[in-house]
Amino acid sequence: MNPLALVGRSALAACETVGHLALFALDAVLRGLRGPWYPRQIFRQMVEIGYFSLPVVGLTAIFTGMVLALQSYTGFSRFEAQNAIPTIVVLSMTRELGPVLAGLMVAGRVGAAMAAELGTMRVTEQIDALTTLATDPMRYLVFPRLLAAVLMLPLLVLVADVIGVLGGFLVSTLKLGFGPIEYINRTIDHLESEDVASGLVKAAVFGFIVALMGCYQGYHSRGGAQGVGAATTLAVVSASILILTADYMLTEIFFSR
Amino acid sequence: MNGTAPKIRIRGLEKRFGGKEVLRGLDLDVPAGRSLVVIGGSGTGKSVLLKCILGILPADGGSIQVDGEEVVGANDATLNRIRLKFGMLFQGSALFDSLPVWENVAFGLLARRLANRRTAKEIAIRTLARVGLGPDVADLWPAELSGGMQKRVGLARAIATEPEILFFDEPTTGLDPITADVINELIRRSVRKLGATALSITHDMASVRKIADRVAMLYDGRIIWEGPVGAIDRSGNPYVDQFIHGRADGPIRVLQLAELDEAPGTAAG
Repeated sequence: MNPLALVGRSALAACETVGHLALFALDAVLRGLRGPWYPRQIFRQMVEIGYFSLPVVGLTAIFTGMVLALQSYTGFSRFEAQNAIPTIVVLSMTRELGPVLAGLMVAGRVGAAMAAELGTMRVTEQIDALTTLATDPMRYLVFPRLLAAVLMLPLLVLVADVIGVLGGFLVSTLKLGFGPIEYINRTIDHLESEDVASGLVKAAVFGFIVALMGCYQGYHSRGGAQGVGAATTLAVVSASILILTADYMLTEIFFSR
Repeated sequence: MNGTAPKIRIRGLEKRFGGKEVLRGLDLDVPAGRSLVVIGGSGTGKSVLLKCILGILPADGGSIQVDGEEVVGANDATLNRIRLKFGMLFQGSALFDSLPVWENVAFGLLARRLANRRTAKEIAIRTLARVGLGPDVADLWPAELSGGMQKRVGLARAIATEPEILFFDEPTTGLDPITADVINELIRRSVRKLGATALSITHDMASVRKIADRVAMLYDGRIIWEGPVGAIDRSGNPYVDQFIHGRADGPIRVLQLAELDEAPGTAAG
């Protein structure tokens, strides 16, 4: 086969997928905003995404904060710059690690579940059944998940920020010889509202990405159990890649001044 | 046919999947208040026909009218209005796993805001009774039910909003003969009680004889025979004869048995 044709076909296929995804997202948001709304569905998804993700996000955050403090100490002590540890921990957590790690953990937990649930509904004709009951699947299934993820990811990240800083605080005060008051003061002194806000905006975008990829892959799954499995894998992989890509682009927008 | 306008009128319906033509200019009338069963082999496009009528799959050509209103090319609002006339029992029941039985049955009532949750549950329990299920089933989850019970819940969901038109997609597939007969009887009673128009697709001849007023046979993307159920045994159509008697030999070539015998490495019997 002609290698140029292969490259061309791959590029066209990629463009087609991006186009489908964009239209799917636009359709879901526009239909969802027009209503009717399904508050029970939205609430159920908020509990599923927010409340049930707390343990995994919390554990990730506390160990990340602890490792961050430990690593920073071993590196920074070479330059007598240990005092910067509280600042390093809080800025890393709020700007970067909180949203990215929470996004990736939620992609693994919630994005996969969404793809599996919608994929199963597709192959067992439950989505067709919704349509015959004059209920729009985009409004009933997709929009509540998108909205709940956009609302709950920032809350999860806020909790992750606090727990991550707590992890750094525990290691620094119990192991590295920092005084508790001194650590807290140094944390607060160099923290600006912009640091937290940028992380929360990132979290909302990551939430949208996770729910979108979970819903898109599940909604379009075909071919029984194998199709549902493939949709689940694709949802997690594509959401993770898009989160990391979006993270760079958002960081450019927020901090490249 | 009684001369009145059909409830569903299909002309020249075409549907393709890639290069494969599934429906090739299908014509069919479903008379109001009657039960029409479409028979045909697996993969002949029976389910595709139902989904095209409901607007779940867009037709590639032709016309589908429900009470004179065009489905092909209709916008979402029109399609949703038309769908309010329908109830459907799916092949695999298609119950919503995430909802208890009563919410499955009452889904149409709640979605259309025809009742509050308390009233909807009462209606659901009454509808479950009509398909022979007790109130104890109402709070169970679909996964806790047997295949036959799931079909009955699916039927209850289809009739709960008292629709004008009922669709049954392979209603007895996967059921033992006795349970299948129970489902057929429930379908017959439900359609009669509602005075609804029914369109069923099946390849179960026991089901056809029990629930059909009229029968149509789908083959090669078109309706090749249609008539009253009583006339099916003397249709004079070799395709219908082969199908209703379940013979491998005949004009419908599913598997070339003679060629299989002659294939290299196949021992002659």
